[in-house]
Amino acid sequence: MKPLPKRRRVYAILAWLGFVLACGGTVGRANFTEDMSAFLPASPTQEQRLLVSLLKDGMVARLILVGIEGTDALTRAGLSKDMAQRLRDNPDFSLISNGDAASQARDRTFLFGNRYLLSPAVGAEHFSEAGLRAALAESIEALASSAGLLLKSLLPSDPTGEMVRLLGLIDSGSAPSSLHGAWASKDGTRALLLASTRALGSDLDGQQQAVAAIRQAFSAAAETAAMDLANPREPRNKLIPFMLRQAQHERNQVFAVRPEPVEGLIQRLPSSLPRLVLTGPGVFAVAARDTIKSEAIRLSLLGSLSVFMLLLAIYRSLATVVLGLLPVASGALAGIAAVSLGFGVVHGVTLGFGATLIGEAVDYSIYLFIQSQQDSRQWANRFWPTIRLGMLTSVTGFASLLFSGFPGLAQLGLYSIAGLLTAAAVTRFVLPALRPGVFCRRDFAPFGLRLLDCIHWARRWRWLPAALSVAACVVVLWHRDSVWSHDLAALSPAPAADQALDARLRADLGAPDGGYLAIASGQDRDAALAAAETLGAALQALAAQGVIAGFTSPALFLPSAGVQQARLASLPTPDELQRRLRGAVSGLPVRADRFAPFLADVEAARRRGPLRQADWQGTSFALVVDGLLLRQHQRWLALLPLRAPVAGNPIDAVVVRQAISSSGLAGAWFVDIKAEADRLYAGYLREAMVFSLAGLLAIAVLLLAALRSVKRVARVMAPLLIAVLVVVAGLALAGQALTLLHLVGLLLTVAVGSNYALFFDRGRQEAGGKIAPRTLASLLFANIATVAGFGLLAFSKVPVLQAIGVTVAPGAVLALVFSALLADFDP
Amino acid sequence: MMGSRRMLFLWLVLAWGQNAAAEGFGLDALLPALAQNSGGRARFNEKKFIALLDQPVESSGELVYARPGHLEKNTFKPQPERLTLDNGTLTIEAKGQKKSVPLSDYPELAVFVESLRGTLAGDRAALERVWRLYLGGSSAHWTLLLLPSAPAMSSVISRIKITGEAAQLRSVEIQQADGDRSLMRIEPIRVEP
Repeated sequence: MKPLPKRRRVYAILAWLGFVLACGGTVGRANFTEDMSAFLPASPTQEQRLLVSLLKDGMVARLILVGIEGTDALTRAGLSKDMAQRLRDNPDFSLISNGDAASQARDRTFLFGNRYLLSPAVGAEHFSEAGLRAALAESIEALASSAGLLLKSLLPSDPTGEMVRLLGLIDSGSAPSSLHGAWASKDGTRALLLASTRALGSDLDGQQQAVAAIRQAFSAAAETAAMDLANPREPRNKLIPFMLRQAQHERNQVFAVRPEPVEGLIQRLPSSLPRLVLTGPGVFAVAARDTIKSEAIRLSLLGSLSVFMLLLAIYRSLATVVLGLLPVASGALAGIAAVSLGFGVVHGVTLGFGATLIGEAVDYSIYLFIQSQQDSRQWANRFWPTIRLGMLTSVTGFASLLFSGFPGLAQLGLYSIAGLLTAAAVTRFVLPALRPGVFCRRDFAPFGLRLLDCIHWARRWRWLPAALSVAACVVVLWHRDSVWSHDLAALSPAPAADQALDARLRADLGAPDGGYLAIASGQDRDAALAAAETLGAALQALAAQGVIAGFTSPALFLPSAGVQQARLASLPTPDELQRRLRGAVSGLPVRADRFAPFLADVEAARRRGPLRQADWQGTSFALVVDGLLLRQHQRWLALLPLRAPVAGNPIDAVVVRQAISSSGLAGAWFVDIKAEADRLYAGYLREAMVFSLAGLLAIAVLLLAALRSVKRVARVMAPLLIAVLVVVAGLALAGQALTLLHLVGLLLTVAVGSNYALFFDRGRQEAGGKIAPRTLASLLFANIATVAGFGLLAFSKVPVLQAIGVTVAPGAVLALVFSALLADFDP
Repeated sequence: MMGSRRMLFLWLVLAWGQNAAAEGFGLDALLPALAQNSGGRARFNEKKFIALLDQPVESSGELVYARPGHLEKNTFKPQPERLTLDNGTLTIEAKGQKKSVPLSDYPELAVFVESLRGTLAGDRAALERVWRLYLGGSSAHWTLLLLPSAPAMSSVISRIKITGEAAQLRSVEIQQADGDRSLMRIEPIRVEP
């Protein structure tokens, strides 16, 4: 037994300590993020860049959808109103909408006050004597319709019907339905409220604060409601005047009264306690952050603990166990430091991935401790080359992730490479220096011999891997259309149930869910708006043809300066208007002196001048105006969401693109958001597959260079590939569609399994031409440690981690079994 | 002159009351009879008397009813328009656009449509939720008066007067609180057996 020279030991330990300190320093200054958009691609095309920026920071990303369930409809509506009142005082929110009478009245008053700037009908022709007569005749005719009783109060101030025209343009059937004066789901079982945060969607602290404020407002409102119910005299005293006040208020609205059903007051028995449901990108991101944070800590702890217990059971020496975990700890530290240096920011999921590194890097010390029963220097000569080759194989596989367009995947790749290199180096150079003698006094040779007997016995099923691979091929071919998930949502951190709830709330609220966008752009805001007006004309034609059902344009709310000036210029002076009106009414059943409010309103509009974007603040439309006008890299974009003619049916993109291009607008285009997102994801999936195949090829080349035999390379690769194939088939049978993260898991399977296959291959050089018993024992222990580490991930609530766990844990077991069955044993 | 008018009125009321009493005619008799009505089609002509206008505005078209929740008002003149009520959902088709809304979103229309539907269906509970009901006349010629019971309602509509012959509605008159009123005359379309 020849211990290492003392000087070399000291150097090795000092170098390691220095490295750990340096890594620790880097990690200490590292930025950590849990923003799931790190897993959104850094996109190549203009549409996709826009898409990602919309997903991260657009209006859609700032919406929180609030649902109130339970109790009865009247209580829900009351809670909604109370919450809205509390939240409107909160500066964290730019807008709270729940369809209550007050804000509807405010919206309508605003529209009404600006009708002559906003109505597309306004023009010189419209206010000529003939134009006035035509508009008046039409308005009088409209009084005969079923809505006539609603419209008659508008006639004196709006005889040309601009308000009705505006509402027709704006509402277009997307407004949520109302129950007891607050928005409610279509089936009436849920009150709805829409909150827009001031914080950007990517500002998770801001989002978290907003979510907390909503929850607080809800509990406060629920408490008040419960007190009212507990004291039955109270609600009656409070509610009846409230209803009267409400009725009074609504009478003063532009659009008269909304009678409150009375029966709710009498039968106001609580059926159940009110519940709050929240969805939206910010809510999901905050929840994901919390989950990731707790999961990363929990899984790392659990993984460490189970591996620790396992090693303690094997080594029966605490010191040895601690030594055995040193390479893992060093590797994890180096991995985080490398990601921090390479990317500037470390993602929470990357940290969670640390749990997986435990599973793989702990193998190295297991090999060292169990295989080097006599002497670590002899081990270095005998086994290290094999481990080094296995490690290089893993690194080659992970290197393919470095080129991924998904920043999250590239982080995982760099983390693994740095972690594995460090863990292997620490195992090889530092552990022998720290403990010159024997690591593990227990001799696993007898155990290994028994294992060997088992393998001999099991080798009568050597045909099994081949048969399984054929069966797996059949399964994969059978499911070939559903093996890979082509849905970007598959990568969403939110559980499927939450996504379904979100979709329901969105449908009920008519909240923008993306869908289809036409986009116009310009040098500045006004140019973009003018472009949106031109684009709008083209879209109007499409709507008339039935290609689209309709569209919303920011120019509808904020006409370009040119259009506003033209509309203002077309408004006659009061005297002139009076004169024309007198002429216009001749022959109509109405007298000109009825229209004094009209004359006053036109004059007020003339004096007030153009409308600015900021004027919309405080109305529900602010959300639309701000959300549909974006500034992006020195350009302004106007977004015009399109509605499909039949809900659920796709819009004919070719026709829309043609119409846009023939409108002659430069810098206008059409985006099918869902298709674009899926195309984007499919592109990355394809890219990742190409890189993985390249990684596989690189591994084959590496093995060929090291083993110098095609046959040996085939023997090493075959069990790994069959294991991958069987795992893919198993997941397909289980109905789990594979995502990018499963691909990473498959890569990890190859990385971990290559060690097993290489050790079996190395057996040719051993006595008896087969794997040494202790080596075999070490492989089994390493495998159990890997399964313990990855198996835990399979139970993670974070889809990213779950995908890796559910792939690697069975994959590693299969790789070991197939390696044992396919190894070249017999002389 | 004045006196004789009042006398005439009194006499009418008495005769009415006697008539009703004699036949045992009341809400209990009329509403179930109406509820038997399985449905049908009728022409309508509606005049709205609006103070703003020197003349009433007129519209006409067809009414379609199917027991108990389907009611259609197809206006042909002056502007084609179709209003369909189906189980609380109101669909409005006009000027090539179609829009469906829950009735609760359009209270003014809801009041009109529901009072008509409730009468057609003989749905006393639905009617009494919003109105106080008064019935006069005989089963051959009756008049049903709906007076609002909720204060919120009485600020819009002061009364609805529905006349009918047997199980057939003949006119609906809505008197608004601001003095305007609308009168709809209904002429059943007889379907030959």
